[in-house]
Amino acid sequence: MSLDDLYRRVIMDHYQNPRNKGRLEDDAVTVDLNNPTCGDRISLQMRIKDDTIEDVKFLGEGCSISIASASMMTQAIKGLKVEEALSLVHLFSQMVQGEEVDFERFPLEDIEALSGVSKFPARIRCATLAWKAMKEGIQPLVENDS
Amino acid sequence: MNPYVKDFPILDQKVNGRPLVYLDSAASSQKPIQVIEAVESYYKEINANVHRGVHTLAAKATDAYEGAREKVRSFLHAASTKEIIFTRGTTTALNLVALSYARAKLKEGDEIVTTYAEHHSNLIPWQQAAKATGAKLRYLPLEPDGTLDLAKAEEFLTERTKLLAIGHVSNVLGTVHPIRELAALVHAKGGVIVVDAAQSVPHMKVNVQELDCDFLAFSAHKMTGPTGIGVLYGKQELLEEMEPVEFGGEMIDHVDLYDATWKELPWKFEGGTPIIAGAVGLGAAIDYLESIGMDWIQQYDEKLATYAQEQLEQIDGVTIYGPKHRTGVVTFNVEGIHPHDLATVLDSEGIAIRAGHHCAQPLMRQLGVSATARASFYLYNSEEDIERLVKGIQKAKEFFKNVT
Repeated sequence: MSLDDLYRRVIMDHYQNPRNKGRLEDDAVTVDLNNPTCGDRISLQMRIKDDTIEDVKFLGEGCSISIASASMMTQAIKGLKVEEALSLVHLFSQMVQGEEVDFERFPLEDIEALSGVSKFPARIRCATLAWKAMKEGIQPLVENDS
Repeated sequence: MNPYVKDFPILDQKVNGRPLVYLDSAASSQKPIQVIEAVESYYKEINANVHRGVHTLAAKATDAYEGAREKVRSFLHAASTKEIIFTRGTTTALNLVALSYARAKLKEGDEIVTTYAEHHSNLIPWQQAAKATGAKLRYLPLEPDGTLDLAKAEEFLTERTKLLAIGHVSNVLGTVHPIRELAALVHAKGGVIVVDAAQSVPHMKVNVQELDCDFLAFSAHKMTGPTGIGVLYGKQELLEEMEPVEFGGEMIDHVDLYDATWKELPWKFEGGTPIIAGAVGLGAAIDYLESIGMDWIQQYDEKLATYAQEQLEQIDGVTIYGPKHRTGVVTFNVEGIHPHDLATVLDSEGIAIRAGHHCAQPLMRQLGVSATARASFYLYNSEEDIERLVKGIQKAKEFFKNVT
């Protein structure tokens, strides 16, 4: 395993300059999640209208992997339909577990940089925290529709 | 060269291509060959259930199990083996006191006192006991470096303080609290003291009669013994009054259709078949530690921690938490590098440290951080290990400077 597989430049860029950092209005869908094993924390907000994620912001505390993953995730899902965002959660989870995925399906190419996490099993949970928060926020909306 | 490192087969390996440096003993210590072989020969030669069999193996297994209890009694200088209860570990031992003693004795208006620096295992059981009984949970103030001012403690404790729960040594800061003095203070108010000794029993002589503590809990796996076994020491007169919290085989005396009576101490608290091999392993760990000498171990661990502190202080951007005088842990952060990222870089160099909240979230909030890195030392570590740690931290700083 090589550190360069994990810490790509683009990851450190998202860590140091997180995109979509901040808060939305109070009535936005809000999910607060933490990783009890390590103390990482995220508060994710999504403004959803007509099944579309119009805007998304997050605040978080954590390592480079968890913050970079949150930053990329927010960029990727902005403007997506909730079903599309949900299918990305599954794709991302497969990617960080080392399974073959079609990177073309990610609306943001930066995300591929996180595939190196699969070689660092202890860090997978850092990468998936923000995605879990997103899933927790939109899953109920999808279930209500069907 | 450390004279004991050869006893630990696991340390003789490469991790990620580099010789392993294990600096996470406060989480779990490694096991010497003497302990591994004791557990192995128990299973190879005398395994059977204890206390019930007439046959030879059952008698041998019972002797081994009860022999381990006597070793624990002597190690802690307890008055009687009736005061030594085998549990699954520190957590189970503290929960036993909270579920049995605290729930029976505490009522609304009483106080449970603890500190914000406790490990979650010495915090959540008291939160739950307070909720169940209506007793109030209060936090004894600590000094900014995590140490405790006895004069302030005396003022803080009241006649309503029925129980003081405190760690002997902090798993994060390495602070050593004055248990004997605290015991005297709480006894003067009519309460009892419960000591979480998970980080002290492995590293120093602990004499329960000298400390005059009422309850004391620790785990075997942090003192070169197996996982899955620990000990609750309790004063006999307190344990006699307490009800068991687990019921079933091994702990009963006479059983009727609608009622039953319990065995005498310590067995009334040991329902079910115990972890016999674990007790044998704990006994072997005590023999091992005593063959080295607890005084030597204490001095050695402190020397390593002091050396680590001195070395880390010289690195730009390193913040160290806790008091100057400490036992075998150093908790720190490196500016601009999250502890998880630091731990990953160190792991790539074969160096194992802990990163996170160390099961002490309230303490992390007090320190104003969400996580820290922690290096912890034991009798098999050496100054060379600390030098590898220092080089590893420097490498991490260099790496993250270049990647951004």
